[in-house]
Amino acid sequence: MDFTYSLLGALLGGLPPWARIAVAAAVPAVVLITFMAVGPIVYVYAERKFSAFMQDRLGPMRVGPYGLLQTIADAIKLLFKEAIFPGQADKVLFTLAPCLVVLGAFLSFVVVPFGSHLQTVDLNVGVFYVVAVSSISTVGLIMAGWASNNKYALFGAMRSAAQIVSYEIPAVMSLLTIVMIVGSLSLQDIVRAQAGGLQHWFIFRYFPLMPIVFLVFFTASLAECNRTPFDIPEAESELVAGFHTEYSGFFFAMFFMAEYTEMFIVSAVASVLFFGGWMSPFPWAWTQGIGPIGFGPFWLIFKSWSFIFVHMWLRWTLPRLRVDQLMYVAWKVLLPIALVLVVVFGALVIYVPGGFAWDQWLSWPLTALVLGSLVFFMVTAFRYRLRRAQELAA
Amino acid sequence: MEDLEVDEMILNMGPQHPSTHGVLRIELRTDGEVVRAARPHIGYLHRCFEKHAESVDYPGVVPYTDRMDYVASMGNSLGYSLAVEKLMGITVSPYVSTIRVIMAELQRIASHSISVGTYGMDIGAFTPFLHLLRDREKILDLFEWTCGARLLYNYNWIGGVSHDLPDGFVKACRAFLREFERLTYPELVELLIKNKIFIKRTCSVGVCPVDLAISYDLTGPNLRGSGLARDLRRDEPYLGYEKYEFDVCVGKGDYGPLGSCFDRNMVRTLEMAESAKIIHQALDALEKMEKADVHEKVPKRVKPSKGEVYVRSEAPRGQLGYYVVADGTGINPYRVKVKSPCFTAMSVFHVLAKGMMIADIIALIGSLDVVLGEIDR
Repeated sequence: MDFTYSLLGALLGGLPPWARIAVAAAVPAVVLITFMAVGPIVYVYAERKFSAFMQDRLGPMRVGPYGLLQTIADAIKLLFKEAIFPGQADKVLFTLAPCLVVLGAFLSFVVVPFGSHLQTVDLNVGVFYVVAVSSISTVGLIMAGWASNNKYALFGAMRSAAQIVSYEIPAVMSLLTIVMIVGSLSLQDIVRAQAGGLQHWFIFRYFPLMPIVFLVFFTASLAECNRTPFDIPEAESELVAGFHTEYSGFFFAMFFMAEYTEMFIVSAVASVLFFGGWMSPFPWAWTQGIGPIGFGPFWLIFKSWSFIFVHMWLRWTLPRLRVDQLMYVAWKVLLPIALVLVVVFGALVIYVPGGFAWDQWLSWPLTALVLGSLVFFMVTAFRYRLRRAQELAA
Repeated sequence: MEDLEVDEMILNMGPQHPSTHGVLRIELRTDGEVVRAARPHIGYLHRCFEKHAESVDYPGVVPYTDRMDYVASMGNSLGYSLAVEKLMGITVSPYVSTIRVIMAELQRIASHSISVGTYGMDIGAFTPFLHLLRDREKILDLFEWTCGARLLYNYNWIGGVSHDLPDGFVKACRAFLREFERLTYPELVELLIKNKIFIKRTCSVGVCPVDLAISYDLTGPNLRGSGLARDLRRDEPYLGYEKYEFDVCVGKGDYGPLGSCFDRNMVRTLEMAESAKIIHQALDALEKMEKADVHEKVPKRVKPSKGEVYVRSEAPRGQLGYYVVADGTGINPYRVKVKSPCFTAMSVFHVLAKGMMIADIIALIGSLDVVLGEIDR
């Protein structure tokens, strides 16, 4: 905020105060809306290419080199398509629903820290703000399901409501542990508490415990953005398309955009809370920024996109859970674990402040191990694919 | 709370629904997510097969049979040809029988690929489906190479087959089998069958005990999934199936009660490997044989004398029976009646579906592996 203010102050010094504030609010809004609108184009292309790689096919190849323009063409098509309203639909709610869903996804951007000053507002209740605002989407989903006057849409909406209510709780519980360690709800404070390189990130604090917290949060966040294996609100083989069965054209695109934005938000929150947010993993200062140019946005987006990749990976690998199994996972597995962890962390924060003794030594080897095995499996997959292609050519 | 009215909702699933496997309509009486009653409505794909069969000559029926179970056309025309051959007293040469076995078993792999793949998709796993479809494509390439068609072959004629195998078929077929057995099959088992979520979704769903299966006349993989080893290829061998060594796969109830959706699906998966085994043996036998004229026994004029015959064979989806009546006067069959395995499988649906969740209905339809073209005919 300081950065924006000082920059704008220099440029627009002559304006009256109210105009300065208006401009200062408009600039981040425009930047973030652009980010939100353009982001899904990248994610959808990536998702289609990843899934194609996993399924031994090519994916989009025709529009532009390597199909790079395919999603842009799709977006344009969706913009120009007629929005069809079902005859018996409640028109007001039907129109309002996608707006609410997008709003819920978009409002979370307000507190996402892209850098030390690149944050719209550093709210002192940042964590709760994100949790609260992302639940607005659920209201939109229920609205969409009800207003469509379609039984499948209604089923989707009901499932979505039940799912979000259940998974919000373990997610918030797991966030509480971090909040207890930092002693602040502000996302900026949480990032600053992890300064100094990879070994200070919270994922490596209290070693065997924090990864469990992360897993609980990650599972719950998967459920919150309706991704496989928790995609029952739109389960295409059961409910056709769930809550957005009746939507077409731009309204459908809004749901789509909101889904992918939500994915980015939960990934960004995960990287802020557990993986140092905009902090560089290396101890050297130049990796954090050279002169006035900070690399904060790069690191945050890099980390978030890695999580988005994991989301996609899971989606194209795992089957879908059933409704009751989903509830079982939330209430009988995640919630008890999260509750126990909150109690344990409460004690740890008081009696062992600053983490266990072995945390410092484990962080780098563990990272190397995880990344190394990931690279190994990727290379194996690529080589397998190459060999297969050669066999087919022969 | 007592005066709160609880109402049941009627949900029409299909005929346009992504996972009713064709134009099946199921009328569900739902109470929330729980299905109180399910009534299947069939007939959206009725094309009067049996009436058509009465108005064309005997060889002319073969293309119509292809269109019944369009996922496994080879098996349909094979059953019909066997029936008319029995009616006319024709015995085909071992060369033709071996070709027919190879084709039927390749078709079984292709059909089960679709079945297991779409079953994974019903449960939500998209990737195995595309892996299996990729391999099915190669089987279709082999078929196209042999007879020019990829889906509706008109291949099994009365007294022979339409085309001899092309040169190099044996080698290409072996190459396909090698790839299927070494790469796709283990990958499928790792990715789908052993997946914990997949097992949880299917292991105790749609349990069909063996007595229920028999009383509703389930056949094929559905019956074997309930634990009864009944396979016409072994019990009443035709086409010289007694010469081949293969196991009859049955459900074992590995993760839950016997006869669940998982068992039925597992039987299909295992059968793909067994079919590959049979094809290997048949290819070995074929290499030792001399090439013969595949049209040698094809009659110039098919006009059986008065009589009737019922012949059943093991199609990929179960026992496919043809009841053919000849009146001895015309060149058209007097009556062709089909006993379809999918029709009987569909009849047990409402019993199994009672009290399920909506998501399980999808799992149940997929595990019964019905093809609407064969139910409606």
